Amino acid sequence: MIRFEQVSKIYTRGARPALDEVDVLIERGDFVFLVGASGSGKSTFLKLVLREERPTSGRIHIAGRDLGKMAAWRVPLLRREIGAVFQDFRLLPNKTVFQNVGFALQVIGKNKRFIETSVPEILDLVGLAGKEKRLPHELSGGEQQRVAIARAFVNRPPILLCDEPTGNLDPGTSVGIMRLLDRINRTGTTVVMATHDDEVVDQMRKRVIELRDGRVVRDQLMGVYGLENV
Amino acid sequence: MRLRFVLSEVWQGLRRNTTMALSVIIVTLVSLAFVGAAILLQIQVGKLKDDWYDRVEVSIFLCPDSSLSPACDHGPVTAAQEDAIERVLTTGAIGEIVEHVDYESKEEAWQNLVERDPDGIFAQQLTANDMQPSFRVKLYDPEQFALVADATRDLSGVEEVMDQREVFGTLFQVLNRATLLAASLAIVMLVAAMLLITTTIRLSALSRRRETTIMRMVGSSKTLIQLPFMLEGVIAATTGAVLSIVGLWLGVRYLVQDWLTSSNLTWVDYIDQADVLRVAPWLLLVGFGLSAIASLVTLGKYTSA
Repeated sequence: MIRFEQVSKIYTRGARPALDEVDVLIERGDFVFLVGASGSGKSTFLKLVLREERPTSGRIHIAGRDLGKMAAWRVPLLRREIGAVFQDFRLLPNKTVFQNVGFALQVIGKNKRFIETSVPEILDLVGLAGKEKRLPHELSGGEQQRVAIARAFVNRPPILLCDEPTGNLDPGTSVGIMRLLDRINRTGTTVVMATHDDEVVDQMRKRVIELRDGRVVRDQLMGVYGLENV
Repeated sequence: MRLRFVLSEVWQGLRRNTTMALSVIIVTLVSLAFVGAAILLQIQVGKLKDDWYDRVEVSIFLCPDSSLSPACDHGPVTAAQEDAIERVLTTGAIGEIVEHVDYESKEEAWQNLVERDPDGIFAQQLTANDMQPSFRVKLYDPEQFALVADATRDLSGVEEVMDQREVFGTLFQVLNRATLLAASLAIVMLVAAMLLITTTIRLSALSRRRETTIMRMVGSSKTLIQLPFMLEGVIAATTGAVLSIVGLWLGVRYLVQDWLTSSNLTWVDYIDQADVLRVAPWLLLVGFGLSAIASLVTLGKYTSA
């Protein structure tokens, strides 16, 4: 599903590479934690998958397509197959929950009827049924993140990228979000989650890829956050 | 759905940035009014040329009974000299560019003078003998005046060769300078308009960065992301263009048609509203093109992936 072959990314010439000859294979339906200190290359990894950045060298395949050979006009089509969730939720403050989720469908040209059936469905899935008309500031942090997840997943993309989704949430709320991501993963969606949250990683016991200074130093099935915790 | 989305985004953008949109409208209005004024001035010059050059002739004044000009030292023109001059005008290379030649005798010149102003001081004081005979030469192409002048100026019996166009020369010079001035101002204003549109679009794009980031993230096409901003600029600039056309139309209607035409200069063929309408599509095109270019230049930077 996601394959990195000898991928390096250097932002400024001469500086230390943000990613250094990374080889990673993530299969369809995997749940992967991307762990490592700040600046270890987690965000760069996600940006490369979304093709917000392009690698300095190496090849990236997403769902069988070589991103290096992808024409610019196809990039939006790629992004429709990847949902993305961020630490800061990135909701539109003046739009309701329903409108925020519907916006994602609206701007890729889905019709009104499609939006009116799929948005309530996804809100139900993330546990926000009945809160369609709330504005983001009327929701708790956990609920806002659920809206963001609903928005990322409403188009049922095969890949879900999460960049520190629990970073702004308290531990109790984080558990709820992780349950939700796990449920989404069980529908066959590949989930890649960059995180600092050792509790979450240790509880879930999923595959862990650890980056340090842009290199993969650990790729472990059913792993934990830090090796010293084993 | 998408059309509605784009239109609602445009509407919101214009509402959020009313002052900027207004300034774009005003600047394009003023700059295109100058462009239009320059073009209309040139149309007016063209009309005057068409009108007057049809009528103007080259006048070859022949030596009168008494002349101060050294060319007439040998006394008044003789019949033989007149024949010789006419022969030059009707034969050879000159004959080919001359449409027709009229001879105006002293008596005819005096009659014309009296007819034009029967009670005037000239008609009262002068007699036919104070007038001078002349050839009135009509050319196929008035621009070829110099050829005729060169061929006849030094013939004996010719006092002076005069191109009536010279009379209008100053006027045309004034009109051409006014055109140049209007055009230069137009260019400066167009540059200002372009910069202003660029800034407006940039502000608009920055103020909606959240939306565009999300749109990019969920895989919205580049066109759909950029179109609302583009349309904002285009709508504002086109509104300015339309208003400039309205302004020019009113100007021509009330200043040129009503005011100038009611003055003494009624014999002049003035520009009218139809001319404004002929210029209008070009002004719209400039307004549209200006904003389209400005947005293309700006948007690449602020909404691209």
